Amino acid sequence: MTLQTKESWGSRVGLVLAMAGNAVGLGNFLRFPVQAIQNGGGAFIIPYFVCFLLMGIPLLWIEWASGRFGGKWGHHSTPFILDSMDKRTFWKYIGVFGIFTNLAVAAYYCYLESWTLSYMYHSLAGSFMGESAETVSKFFIDYVSLVHGYEPVFFWLLCLVLNTYILSRGLSGGVEKAAKVGMPLLILFGILLAIKGITLKAGSEGAVYDGVTGLNFLWTPDFSTIWTPKVWLAAAGQIFFTLSVGMGSIQCYASYVRSKDDIALNAMSAGWMNEFVEVVLGSSILIPISIGYLGIDTVIEMTKNGGLGLGFRTLPYLFTQWGPLLSALAGFAWFCLLFFAGITSSLAMGTPCMGFMQDEFGWSRTKSAWSFGAAILVLGLPTVLFFNHGVFDEYDYWAGTVSLVVFALFETILFAWVFGIDKGWHEINQGSDIKIPVFFKYVIKYVTPVFLGAVFIGSLPDLARKITDVSNPYVVGARLLLLGVFLGVSYLVYIAYKKRLKEGRFVS
Amino acid sequence: MNTSALITMLVSEMVIIAFTAFFFVKVLTIPPKAEPDSFSENDQEPR
Repeated sequence: MTLQTKESWGSRVGLVLAMAGNAVGLGNFLRFPVQAIQNGGGAFIIPYFVCFLLMGIPLLWIEWASGRFGGKWGHHSTPFILDSMDKRTFWKYIGVFGIFTNLAVAAYYCYLESWTLSYMYHSLAGSFMGESAETVSKFFIDYVSLVHGYEPVFFWLLCLVLNTYILSRGLSGGVEKAAKVGMPLLILFGILLAIKGITLKAGSEGAVYDGVTGLNFLWTPDFSTIWTPKVWLAAAGQIFFTLSVGMGSIQCYASYVRSKDDIALNAMSAGWMNEFVEVVLGSSILIPISIGYLGIDTVIEMTKNGGLGLGFRTLPYLFTQWGPLLSALAGFAWFCLLFFAGITSSLAMGTPCMGFMQDEFGWSRTKSAWSFGAAILVLGLPTVLFFNHGVFDEYDYWAGTVSLVVFALFETILFAWVFGIDKGWHEINQGSDIKIPVFFKYVIKYVTPVFLGAVFIGSLPDLARKITDVSNPYVVGARLLLLGVFLGVSYLVYIAYKKRLKEGRFVS
Repeated sequence: MNTSALITMLVSEMVIIAFTAFFFVKVLTIPPKAEPDSFSENDQEPR
């Protein structure tokens, strides 16, 4: 029996671009290059590729296959997608992670996304021209401290309304159209900035070093690091977060694909497109331009706390060295690229929450989209108002890091060991347009869970440190809020389950 | 650029570009399956 839904994808290429857009995020440009220079330079690519092959690709197939399987029974969110794979009550509540994570990540991600909108405006308006490096850097500090009055709140609300409006237009009319516009423009702007970054010449436009110096630094392999567990953990973490696995959004997108249609090739195409953006484009912009102006030692020092500062506090100043017109265009292209990377991901976070309310409570698409927007407004407000008190980072840690790993570990065990690898393998291959090597069947069953377990165990010391640190009341408040959201979603799942039983809507 | 950096970069990027292009071209060129399929743009009648 197959249950139909009013929602559908418009075209196959639209689905692949939306999935690639879901995966491509700000981390492709801000996190990957920093991880590479901190973990062996060019040698980092070896553990990175191994993790992509043994953990990333299998997880993509697991999530696409689980989603399409659940969609067959009319489920478009993970609580009941997981329930369709095994009837034990436990799994429904593990599926809560697939809604909770999207709500909590969207809450702070939308604010991050709104910075790019604001910086696009300021780049075009020439706000950074003629300012010193310190002033441009301080602009960001003042921005997130709300010294600029209500400007950050305005851009945040604008971003939120834009996301909600696109979601209310549905899959093919909203999400897919955004991906079809956003992804090609992101790649175009990325290529233009990469060319400019690589061709930067020492002595020209204020640059101290060639852009190639940065590339050389990033790609010079330090093979002595390759057997270091820290490097492998960093590579596994990067692959994990770059592909947007463990969130529940891939399952939701795939749940609108019919059983006879391919998922194996689609997953490969979207996954490799993300790798193209991350490795080819992501390595050619931030580091070459920054090192071109600041030198290697300064950039190493500045990236100790990640790439966000370099992207928002330093690059806008460096662009001003290119003259008024080019500076405006480069700044606009850089932040527009980051905006498209962000919005195609945040849209993917809305669809599982909307799918849940539509499936379980019969809400209309518009009602569920605007309700999602309202939930993000309430949940996101603390990240805007108390950014400097660590609320943003707390959301990112619990929802954007811990939840993902926990959920991915459980869903892999469910798929490979409970649902069963034979059924799972059949599900991945059904309708496939490519022949998947049988090697991956064993990788999914044995290797991927071990990799995920290692990532989880590797994160335990940090987790223990976080849990015991209760010195900041804002952080404790954020944790309680997130716990409340998790329990609230669990309660909704419980009500939905009882409602399904009462209405006799369980099919399997 | 030094030789090892250049080789690492070129090999990595060429492998990624090749796989990305190969899979995306396949997505674009493989004919759609018989209706009803998952996609509405090739439907005879609107859903």
